[in-house]
Amino acid sequence: MSAHAQSRGPAGLLSRVRGGDSWSIGDRIGLASAWAAGILLCLIAAAIVLYMLYRGFQYLSLELIFSHPEAGLDQSKSGGFLDPLQGTLALTVIATLIAAPVGVGIAVWLTEYGRPSGLARAVESGVEIVAGTPSIVLAIFGLLVFQQGFLSFLSYEATPGVAFGRSFFVAGMIMSLIALPLIVGAAREALHSIPRHVREASYALGKDRISTIRRVLLPASRRGIGTGVALGMGRIVGDTAIVVVLLGATLQNDPHGGIPGLSFLQGTGSTLTTYVYNNSPVGEGGSPEKAYAAAFVLLLIVIALNFVVDLITRGRGPSWTR
Amino acid sequence: MAARGPQTAQRRDRTDRRAELLLGALAAAVLLLIAFMIAFVFAKAWPSFAHNGLAWFGAGGNLDEQLSAIFNSPSDPSDYVYTLHAWPLIYATALITGISVVLGTILSMLAAMFIVDFAPGWMRATLQPVVRLLAAVPSVIYGLIGILVIVPFFGNQVISAERKESVQYVIQLDGSSILVGVLVLTVMITPIMVAISVDALRSVPATWTEGAAALGVNRWRALRTVGLRAARPAIVAAAILATARALGEAIMLSMVTGSVAFAPNPLDGVTFFFEPARTLAAQIVDGSEGLSVKPFGETMYAFAALLLVSSAFLSFGGWLARRSMRKYTLAPR
Repeated sequence: MSAHAQSRGPAGLLSRVRGGDSWSIGDRIGLASAWAAGILLCLIAAAIVLYMLYRGFQYLSLELIFSHPEAGLDQSKSGGFLDPLQGTLALTVIATLIAAPVGVGIAVWLTEYGRPSGLARAVESGVEIVAGTPSIVLAIFGLLVFQQGFLSFLSYEATPGVAFGRSFFVAGMIMSLIALPLIVGAAREALHSIPRHVREASYALGKDRISTIRRVLLPASRRGIGTGVALGMGRIVGDTAIVVVLLGATLQNDPHGGIPGLSFLQGTGSTLTTYVYNNSPVGEGGSPEKAYAAAFVLLLIVIALNFVVDLITRGRGPSWTR
Repeated sequence: MAARGPQTAQRRDRTDRRAELLLGALAAAVLLLIAFMIAFVFAKAWPSFAHNGLAWFGAGGNLDEQLSAIFNSPSDPSDYVYTLHAWPLIYATALITGISVVLGTILSMLAAMFIVDFAPGWMRATLQPVVRLLAAVPSVIYGLIGILVIVPFFGNQVISAERKESVQYVIQLDGSSILVGVLVLTVMITPIMVAISVDALRSVPATWTEGAAALGVNRWRALRTVGLRAARPAIVAAAILATARALGEAIMLSMVTGSVAFAPNPLDGVTFFFEPARTLAAQIVDGSEGLSVKPFGETMYAFAALLLVSSAFLSFGGWLARRSMRKYTLAPR
């Protein structure tokens, strides 16, 4: 604490003058509730993690992870969650592959070009609006767009002229929108933090702007971008609403069309989130044990992504919004 | 090299120009997307609004019955049923969001002040991953714990049999309630507010709080009166972000609030908090299987349109709040 107090100006100074001042009842209550709030947050997190650990070890088995889900009233025959696990991985990869380049591109344009400035302002607030839009609204908007007949190559034609509008492609595209604001934000901040003279040095060497961006600025901001991407992936992994509406949330991954690989992307499927949702008491599966097991795996993935963020940001300023 | 110079420079200039246009087009596509989204959703939602007029927002009748009548509309387009009074959903959304944001703001302010100035070093080091973890836990896991642990606890232990009997002709109390929804939602939105507030409080210049200390106030006062006030725009921004999150939370709320289109009555006293409800976003998830039924789908898009407008207004409000306060205080970013 003492080392910390020295590094933090006001805390250090204030703690030293603490003896001389008066603490009214209100101040004491305030301080006590601040302690309580901090401890409460720790307790809630500990309760969630420990409870999920307990349930996870109780119900999770290798067999569950490596068997396909089957339809069946008897829970011992309804299989595991291999397909949802694959679905989660596939969907995350697709959405990240779309969101990362687009997000970085937008961030680069906003920080490095940003002309006309009116448009830049509008794009900034546009990104904010996308961030504020509920994912369920994005999902049913996506359904509306991708059911147009001419976009049926992204899913498949349910009836002639009308696309089914639900597939890994479609869900991945809409999913990329929920990761986009995080990536734009992180990349912008990283680009902003590069001092002006770095750019000027590059121009002085005869580089133009775009090669400065590619050779100097992007490599220098890769940590920030990495953080944004990892945070975005966490969002994608955890989203349920888009999967329910746009991936069909079918029991098994259900490829459509003849071309292997592509047929998977055009087909419907499910992810761990919808598997948990459908196996909870509100869904049709009605198997809380399996829901717990899948939720445990989901939580592990999320914690792993968090750990990645930790690794990337280690040794940098202790920002809490990252 | 010297001879090639001007030409190369010209070509370079062109690639640079092209890159700028390309990236600019990419950025402008975001605006196009939003325009499309608003246009598409509203066009699809229009029949529902047009048929009901302002009564759409009003109360009246049983919403679940109205929805099933819409779902079972005759197949002839001229006979489609659209009659709907969405008040219970709007009310439940406002109620649950409002209470959670108020609770979350208080909790996160206290936690942020604790973290910035009072927590011992080891506790601060624990709280950072804790806050990040709470923010990252998927809503379906919150929902699962809510429906399998908290709801049964309230249903069996907290809500007495007399209380259940007292309203049994109106609504079943089984633990799925706005109270559980509010509690879980508060836990979900608090971390993001804590993170933003901590960063904002940290960016308050040390000299400001030192000045307060020099005037003889204690640490708590200095932070509360000077620090919190200076960080106000960021705190407003955090609250708005949290409100947007809460408004859009669908999965968790559809799992734990009982998903009954019922407007809880504050006159019921404490029972009020144990009554079930359903929010707009949860309604869309619940109705997502019926989207292909035309009038029903259009009704769902009407709910989405309302959410879209609210979240757009929130973004605008956040921008306005930050701009108006930037003159006097520390601006976020």
